Amino acid sequence: MDSEDDFMSGLSSEEDNVLQDESDDEGSADDFGFDEPEPDPDVSQKGTVQKKKRSFDINFKVYHPGDIQAQQDELINEVNMILDIRKEDAAILLRHFRWNKERLIEDYMDRPKKVLESAGLGPSTSGPPKLEVIPGFTCDICCEDEAGLESFAIKCGHRYCVNCYRQYLNQKIKEEGEAARIQCPQDGCNRIIDSRSLDVLVTSDLQQRYHDLLTRTYVEDKEYLKWCPAPDCENAIECGVRRKDLDKVVPTVTCDCKHRFCFGCILADHQPAPCDLVKKWLKKCADDSETANWIAANTKECPKCNSTIEKNGGCNHMTCRKCKHEFCWMCMGLWSEHGTSWYNCNRFEEKSGSDARDAQAKSRVSLERYLHYYNRYANHEQSAKLDKDIYQKTEKKMIQLQTASGMSWIEVQYLNSASQALQTCRQTLKWTYAFAFYLARNNLTAMFEDNQKDLELAVEALSEMFEKPVTELADTKLKVEIMDKTSYCNKRRVILLQDTADNLANGVWSWSISF
Amino acid sequence: MSAQKRIAKELAEVTSNPPAGMIIGLVDESNVHNWDITMDGPEGSPYVGGKFKLLLTLPVEYPFKPPTINFKTRIWHPNVTFDEQGSMCIGILKGDTWKPSSRIMNVLIATQNLLIEPVPDDALETSSAELFKNNRPLYEKEAKKYTAQYAIGK
Ligand SMILES: [Zn+2]
Ligand SMILES: [Zn+2]
Ligand SMILES: [Zn+2]
Ligand SMILES: [Zn+2]
Ligand SMILES: [Zn+2]
Ligand SMILES: [Zn+2]
Repeated sequence: MDSEDDFMSGLSSEEDNVLQDESDDEGSADDFGFDEPEPDPDVSQKGTVQKKKRSFDINFKVYHPGDIQAQQDELINEVNMILDIRKEDAAILLRHFRWNKERLIEDYMDRPKKVLESAGLGPSTSGPPKLEVIPGFTCDICCEDEAGLESFAIKCGHRYCVNCYRQYLNQKIKEEGEAARIQCPQDGCNRIIDSRSLDVLVTSDLQQRYHDLLTRTYVEDKEYLKWCPAPDCENAIECGVRRKDLDKVVPTVTCDCKHRFCFGCILADHQPAPCDLVKKWLKKCADDSETANWIAANTKECPKCNSTIEKNGGCNHMTCRKCKHEFCWMCMGLWSEHGTSWYNCNRFEEKSGSDARDAQAKSRVSLERYLHYYNRYANHEQSAKLDKDIYQKTEKKMIQLQTASGMSWIEVQYLNSASQALQTCRQTLKWTYAFAFYLARNNLTAMFEDNQKDLELAVEALSEMFEKPVTELADTKLKVEIMDKTSYCNKRRVILLQDTADNLANGVWSWSISF
Repeated sequence: MSAQKRIAKELAEVTSNPPAGMIIGLVDESNVHNWDITMDGPEGSPYVGGKFKLLLTLPVEYPFKPPTINFKTRIWHPNVTFDEQGSMCIGILKGDTWKPSSRIMNVLIATQNLLIEPVPDDALETSSAELFKNNRPLYEKEAKKYTAQYAIGK
């Protein structure tokens, strides 16, 4: 086992170079276009190439299930030809090497025996896999020994009855989601059950699941490939941004299913905040759900006018800002009834000394700061949630507007653009508040907050126009205003993201905490 | 397919020829899935002198899924929870190591060995694991103390 561990860890450390090589290869193939004309563009489509435009954009490709299968088949064929081994074995070796073809070929050339052994393909007794009836056979798993019992063994010779074998595979494939690295059922035997044997053994109802799982290992084994997390989406995204780059770049990708997400952490688009910051912020928000309790403990309603009052400092003498009613924080009774001069409600005195009050005041400052950012973050999140069915709402609005104004479908598209801009900008604004929470105060931060304010104002203005009743929207002057504001919002967003991304790439942000 | 034959065979094996210092039987004669085990604290461990009662449970999927072992007698050990459950963590019983051909005999021997040589990196109880790693004499002293308290003369 030890040697295998070493072997695997050596593999991952060299992956960098290999990946680099691979992308170079691809570039040259495109440049020279030596590939033969593709017979069917739908099947062999290499994915949508996203060209780099702005500094916060990154290069990525979207792959559909057929592309992913084709990539695997291509690698298997290559290894099959170069190493002159069966395709089944090539597939097992590739999966064992986590689809690192160069590394596999190199290692295989050096020490084929060891490579085959480590992948569970050691010396063979030859012949295609088949079920056999062996006289006098007893299955070591179920202890059955009836005459005519069919049994099976892979190349290591550990033989079990077909029922036990199938139940074992059923559990591995169906329950444990394993496919590429299912070992021989023998205690301590590491040999992997090859795909030809699995074809003999796996019942037809499991074949599909088994092949799906094999396909998944291909994406899961590659650091530059990730599944689109949108429910029911089967696409994978290729992106060259590595884990170690995540403090410099926020790799945001858009799947063909329209879902925008971060390639680094798979969460929904969180530009401009880097992944680590997002993780910290989300944890803080979860931890500080007791913030709500704090608010409950530190705000009360004025007993006279019911407006919300926050407690200030340690003094229990409260004066309502609105109605000027004076009362005691502890007992909510009239302050005048507590007597004159420095009277404290004794219930408070019992509970806490001045130390406790000082500590409370101190944590209050940091809490207030947090709440400042959190409220704004939550506000945009809330607005985005309210807009969940914005597409239907917008469409309805567009139809109504067509009727009211006589504009054509094309002419009302500006509403769609406006609603999309609102969505995207709110998503960005939301994360600017988490971002700003962790920024140290300096000129750069001040500039960031100016940009943030510009975008925020523009978004709120656009939002207001967008919400206007259809009768007002029919006015062409408003239409022009909305179109202008939409493009202004988009422009402000790009400026903000661009600045932030540049500063992140150059490592010039200073943080109030370390990441 | 039923595992009755397999279980009966294994039970016969371990009852007729148990590992040294172990008595094995069924909790209830009508149910072959719950085994009652009494294990002597092994020589060379701070548990020596104690008698530990264990419950070995075979899941319905046995032998395709591993059995579980619980210490019914409290034991202060890095790989056993120090509570009424007495859940044990051991390599052979983990889903990815267990194979349908793995044997209960080996599980029992591994359990005995675990008392002699804990695996602090796989610990369920951090306090005893810390001591085992960093202060062996104190670990032995504590383990002996709890053995005397829970496993001797009960
Ligand atoms: Zn069998
Ligand atoms: Zn084997
Ligand atoms: Zn998608
Ligand atoms: Zn991320
Ligand atoms: Zn009031
Ligand atoms: Zn009072």
